Amino acid sequence: MTQQITHHLTDNILMGYAAGTLPEAFNLMVATHVSLCDACRAQVESYDAVGGAVLDQTPGNDISLTPGSFAATMALIAGGAPDEIRKPRSRDVVLPKPLQDYVGGGLDSVKWRSIGMGVKQAILPTSKDASARLLYIPAGAAMPDHGHHGTEMTMVLQGAFQDEDDYFARGDVEVADSDLHHTPVADIHEDCICLAVTDAPLRFQGLLPKIAQRFARI
Amino acid sequence: MQDSDAKRMQWVDHMVRIRDDQDQAAFAALFDHFAPRVKGFLMKSGADASLAEECAQEVLATCWHKAHMFDPARASVATWIFTIARNRKIDVLRKQRRPEPEDLAWGPEEEPDQADVMALQQESEQLGRAISELPAAQRELIQKAYFGDLSHSEIAEQTGLPLGTIKSRIRLALERLRHAMK
Repeated sequence: MTQQITHHLTDNILMGYAAGTLPEAFNLMVATHVSLCDACRAQVESYDAVGGAVLDQTPGNDISLTPGSFAATMALIAGGAPDEIRKPRSRDVVLPKPLQDYVGGGLDSVKWRSIGMGVKQAILPTSKDASARLLYIPAGAAMPDHGHHGTEMTMVLQGAFQDEDDYFARGDVEVADSDLHHTPVADIHEDCICLAVTDAPLRFQGLLPKIAQRFARI
Repeated sequence: MQDSDAKRMQWVDHMVRIRDDQDQAAFAALFDHFAPRVKGFLMKSGADASLAEECAQEVLATCWHKAHMFDPARASVATWIFTIARNRKIDVLRKQRRPEPEDLAWGPEEEPDQADVMALQQESEQLGRAISELPAAQRELIQKAYFGDLSHSEIAEQTGLPLGTIKSRIRLALERLRHAMK
């Protein structure tokens, strides 16, 4: 089921996910991609194994636990497992489970806002050091014009998009840094839904700010 | 000669005893080895001693409660405990949610193949040895990445981690899980 994915996440992102040092929005991208891609899942778990080695090689002898530490832990255990707050979600053909947790349900629950030309977006609640949003681009339409600042990753959830060089289908991720300037277009056969994350501030969130920004730049 | 391999399998065996028999002696041995390391790891990641102590206790308690989730065909016990400690760190130190991938878990009726478990545990051991034999500067860079002292763009230059074989093992385990889930 995962073989047709041809555009993967980069090693430094996967290692950052294992190390636990990425912004929340990036973690969401990794968790979503890995839900569909066993190659990247195996790579993440390999980086987990590096973390296991680092932990195992952390000297234990010169760290003293407080007296009664073991008894306190047994008391925690006797208190029972903390309740899992996550509600089981029904399977959604478009949104993998980590995204459903952020949307609060399946595709039907996404609160889209139009940003013009038929393009819609929904910003997902993450920590402020990076942002995550779902994008809805009508079949054949151009992706919203966005200059790249910092790292931006875009993953296809439904449909496909293509730029000058490449074709991105469900599960594929385009990783772009600030050097990339291009105009991806949604495939003609189906409306395209993507998850996009960036550690740069979102430059515009609607049509008006976009126009204002254009004037401001002149 | 294969003492360390035997030790790895011993931790796996401890986890099985904790899972199946709520074996407190097995848990005490696990605690003695890992609790100080988890505390040290969290202190190096920026927690003060009392917070690190509190989190280490919670991490070890989670090992007990989630023993049924541990898959020895995909991770060593040290790796599994690392992931629990890391998630606790993100929760407590960075105050963020941690999105996790969709679960792939063995059903209650199935167990991973013992040969796969042995192979994965050996690969984990070899990876640990390879890391400890890296030049000091490179080893420190890896430790820094996991203690949170490097950003993801700073670890972009990381090379030389011998991950090929363990990755193939994990990939195999994932394929078997996918097959078992059908």
